[in-house]
Amino acid sequence: MASRAPVLPLLFALIAVGIALFPLVGDSFYIRLVAKIMVLAILAMSLDLLVGYTGLISLGHAAFSGTAGYVAAALINKAGITDLAPLLAASLAASGAAALLVGWISVRTSGIYFIMITLALGQMLFFFFHDVAFWGGADGVNLTARPVLAVGEATLLDLSVRMEVYYTALACLVAVYLLLSTILSAPFGQVLRGIRINEARTRALGHDVQRYKLACFVLSGLVAGLAGFLEVARGGFISPAHVNWHESAMALIVVILGGMGTLVGPVVGAFALVLLEDWVADLTDHWKLVIGLFVIAVVLFLPDGLVGPLKTGKCRLLPRLRQRVKEPSRESVRDA
Amino acid sequence: MPETILETRDLARSFGGLRAVAGVSLAFEKGVVHAVLGPNGAGKTTLINLLSGDLPPSAGTILFQGRDITRLPVHERVALGFGRSYQKTNIFPELSCLDNCWLGAQARLPGWLHLLRPARRYAPVRDRAERALALCGLDHRADAVAGTLSHGEMRQLEIGMMLATEPELLLLDEPLAGMGVEESWRVIDLLKRLRAEHTLILIEHDMDAVFSIAGRITVMVNGAELETGSPDRIRASAAVRDAYLGHEDGGEEHAA
Repeated sequence: MASRAPVLPLLFALIAVGIALFPLVGDSFYIRLVAKIMVLAILAMSLDLLVGYTGLISLGHAAFSGTAGYVAAALINKAGITDLAPLLAASLAASGAAALLVGWISVRTSGIYFIMITLALGQMLFFFFHDVAFWGGADGVNLTARPVLAVGEATLLDLSVRMEVYYTALACLVAVYLLLSTILSAPFGQVLRGIRINEARTRALGHDVQRYKLACFVLSGLVAGLAGFLEVARGGFISPAHVNWHESAMALIVVILGGMGTLVGPVVGAFALVLLEDWVADLTDHWKLVIGLFVIAVVLFLPDGLVGPLKTGKCRLLPRLRQRVKEPSRESVRDA
Repeated sequence: MPETILETRDLARSFGGLRAVAGVSLAFEKGVVHAVLGPNGAGKTTLINLLSGDLPPSAGTILFQGRDITRLPVHERVALGFGRSYQKTNIFPELSCLDNCWLGAQARLPGWLHLLRPARRYAPVRDRAERALALCGLDHRADAVAGTLSHGEMRQLEIGMMLATEPELLLLDEPLAGMGVEESWRVIDLLKRLRAEHTLILIEHDMDAVFSIAGRITVMVNGAELETGSPDRIRASAAVRDAYLGHEDGGEEHAA
């Protein structure tokens, strides 16, 4: 636990302050872009809880954010509810229930099977929202109103105002960061780390790893649901693309790019990917190729992601250590 | 009348056509060091895996203090007081020695959804982890990254992690595997200290070690029990000598 240098929390604090101050200088286009980045960062952080901290590689994560978004959109458009509290509660309940269902099935598997089953179940949800007419079809739907938080006559928060969306997203980003770092340093997080490093041994030490994996999956789905809710509130639009595996893969790339197993990594990754896209798309029509090469370069030269070099030096030794432990060689016997 | 803590009845496990454990009925007595011997492939490790719950049996039952635990998952057996160490070092290489024991010590916390308080503030867990580390003789290495330990130290840590769960019944799969002479004696010394308060079920190839600490010995051949009895009786048994001790003498030299 103490092995991680406080550099990373410091980096997060700097980024958060930077985001908070950015509207003083940024124009409206970039303010909107940063809000989008923050929402993507929350989604990626929730995925990193599974991928980086527990070793469960999910390729269906957009299913949970997308479900939350669709539920919020349906309640606004079909039921005319704009009150933020019930909207958020219903969205989170829906994403949590979806994660419970998908997780209950998928935590029984591991490795490539886990990837495939989360992908398959995620795509089932994609087709559910895509094909059932109630949800608005392939083109998606625009919100007829935005969520509002009001007490009596006083409106506290109106998510149709751009700056209020911006600071709500920032507040959520910080809250999710604090929540996840608290949970990860608690005994619960210790078991997740044990599962990532050596699942069988964690079980043999008396932990019901299946139950921890499921709880982690649901927690991750709930945070993804928050991201999905913010996304629909921010953009005023939801479509099956938000549930599709492209979105899941994008979140996974953000996690890998920024640095798995760190909470600030997904934030850095979200900024890097979206800003790079924005910049390169202006320069060339082949911007996807450039992005692809960039991702490959990061994976090759910074295997711990963009924040990798900021972590303590000993992480670099790990691949070698793992080899040594797998085969306690004759030499090491003699060393002793 | 000695109290039976763990009992197997016609316990069997097959892998495809291979009957690794073929109908073993054994009674393990409380407070006794019970060693299981046998040539390679006799089914010793499979037996330990069945007892610990790492493998489900194909047939037969396992009773712990008279209760049927045949289908009980590993973590619930740990809650009953089972602890096991592995033949192949099975640790968390990137964590410190203390953190390796921590996870075991944490298994004794009541409940499981501990989400908010930092793990470091659970004093009883820390105490248990430190006690286990001291018992296995690694207290001076608490902060060392487990993957950088010497082979012998890793074997000690393997035992320490098991002790951190405060088990009553220890399943030890070749605790001396690959150890030098001096390290072996350190671990044998530890096992001798542990037998005062624990029940030990021990698989070991080192004959001197087995005969110096075991109170009862079972010899297995081809997945079945050949003979069970006191060390003296096993030493004197002609069947055992034929099946195992005879050619193992030569084999030991070879392996060392």
